[in-house]
Amino acid sequence: MTTDLTRLTAAELAGRIRSREVSAVEVTQAHLDRIAAVDHAVHAFLHVDAEGALAAARAVDQAEEPASALAGVPLALKDVLTMRGAPTTCGSKILEGWHPPYDATVTARLRRAGVVILGKTNMDEFAMGSSTENSAYGPTRNPWDLDRIPGGSGGGSSASLAAFEAPLAIGTDTGGSIRQPAAVTGTVGVKTTYGGVSRYGLVAFSSSLDQAGPCARTVLDAALLHEVIAGHDPLDATSIDAPVPPVVAAAREGAAGDLRGVRVGVVRELSGEGYQPGVLTAFDRAVEELRRLGAEVVEVSCPHFTYGLSAYYLIAPSEASSNLARFDGMRYGLRVGDDGSASAEQVMSLTREAGFGPEVKRRIMIGTYALSSGYYDAYYGQAQKVRTLITRDFAAAFEQADVLVSPTTPTTAFRIGERVDDPMAMYRADLCTIPANLAGSPAISVPCGLSEDDGLPVGLQIMAPTLQEQRMYRVAAAYEVARNDTQGGPLLGRVPELEMISQ
Amino acid sequence: MPTISRDEVAHLARLARLAVTDAELDTFAGQLDGILESVASVSEVAADDIPPTSHSVELVNVFRDDEIRPGLAQQEPLAGAPAAEEGRFRVPRILGEPE
Repeated sequence: MTTDLTRLTAAELAGRIRSREVSAVEVTQAHLDRIAAVDHAVHAFLHVDAEGALAAARAVDQAEEPASALAGVPLALKDVLTMRGAPTTCGSKILEGWHPPYDATVTARLRRAGVVILGKTNMDEFAMGSSTENSAYGPTRNPWDLDRIPGGSGGGSSASLAAFEAPLAIGTDTGGSIRQPAAVTGTVGVKTTYGGVSRYGLVAFSSSLDQAGPCARTVLDAALLHEVIAGHDPLDATSIDAPVPPVVAAAREGAAGDLRGVRVGVVRELSGEGYQPGVLTAFDRAVEELRRLGAEVVEVSCPHFTYGLSAYYLIAPSEASSNLARFDGMRYGLRVGDDGSASAEQVMSLTREAGFGPEVKRRIMIGTYALSSGYYDAYYGQAQKVRTLITRDFAAAFEQADVLVSPTTPTTAFRIGERVDDPMAMYRADLCTIPANLAGSPAISVPCGLSEDDGLPVGLQIMAPTLQEQRMYRVAAAYEVARNDTQGGPLLGRVPELEMISQ
Repeated sequence: MPTISRDEVAHLARLARLAVTDAELDTFAGQLDGILESVASVSEVAADDIPPTSHSVELVNVFRDDEIRPGLAQQEPLAGAPAAEEGRFRVPRILGEPE
């Protein structure tokens, strides 16, 4: 019996390609076949670049030396990062069919590392949402239950991993858009330190919060991808000029399963009312597991985290209202109503009305309101002060603990359609992930079992101080090994089989 | 905190260059009101003497040498434009009709 290449980890695939046991072309073709067979049901991809992927794979097979530890491994790229030779839409009608004339730095680094880009993944329009239902091209479905959401905004990336369409993906995380999708699909997702990964070529939603990061099925794979995409970039003025934390070494160290000497802080404010009982039970078990691995568990309090959601939904829309002003129908994308008599201003208004979906319009208007004179101090100004207080809460908590833990999101995957008419209910999916965005610190979500009440995946969030990613990778890797041992192997071993379209 | 009326939503839409429909005004008025009521909880925090954070990492000015670097060829950005003419972006009229 031949091995199903789509079930292997990125590290395993890279090893087999390096030893010439399989070719990169075979690996890429296996994933393209899988996409052709199951993406009708999942809809993780907005665009599949079969030709480009196979050409990149051939180049890997012809190279004398592997370009990186991930050379030849396929990857799904979120459609918010530019890539030459493929459209970039950000899940929006306003950019339908736009072919960017340049590669994002993340894209360029992937190419240089010999990573094979399969295509662009679906997302909530301009990364605004927690379910991928805000995509103008239709929702992505969760491979665990096709009637449920795969998280958002990076639901295409998370679903591609859980559907075995790709072993690696790139997401972006402004308020939780990597970690919450990871949690609800039983995959791993990392938000890096703000400034850790270049934003050049990442279409801006909220510039002071947006960060790209690695998505994978294992902690080690995420670490390997992290080291490929992270590092200083002169093309991004907010990029940090410091060495990338040694995350691969930390993941390998953690896998040995010894957490003695590590202090883990449980954040008191990220539990209780509004949290699904099955999520809290799974989280408590995870904390117990960390204790068994030798970690010292303490409770910490971060009193201002309670206000994180409110501060975020003022700061992010404010920045978005300014960033999205560039979509004016003049230089790229859609133009509506240009009949020869309409003014530029009328064409702009008609274009933006036709090109943006309801959530983007809501956020642009909230941001416009929060920044208007008379309301600025009460809303935007106050939100920025709350941001300071949340950063101070983190600093105090990291005096008592090396990493902090919480559930990644308060509930498991909800049903498609359930929250579309209730923006605040949708926003609450990001309750636990937002504080790290506001403080600029890194965090990872790692699968922590299935919820007792509905049998769906739960995520454990591990947060670390700025540029201390190695701490959270070590703890996540140790936990992953222990959880696999006590719960009968990787969580994704239990994802239901998808109906295949025969070739 | 003030509540947000249908007229105010229409005003915001004008400022944001969104030609919203009447039906949208009704929907958005209720939803924006709900969102703003909810996020107004930031005002409960006593923060008079707290400095604001606009950015989580300290922003410093970044310099580079003033060297010529290759840029995009003219036709590359124009290829994605909704309308181009004579090597430029073609835009609708900027000035209003004479009254």
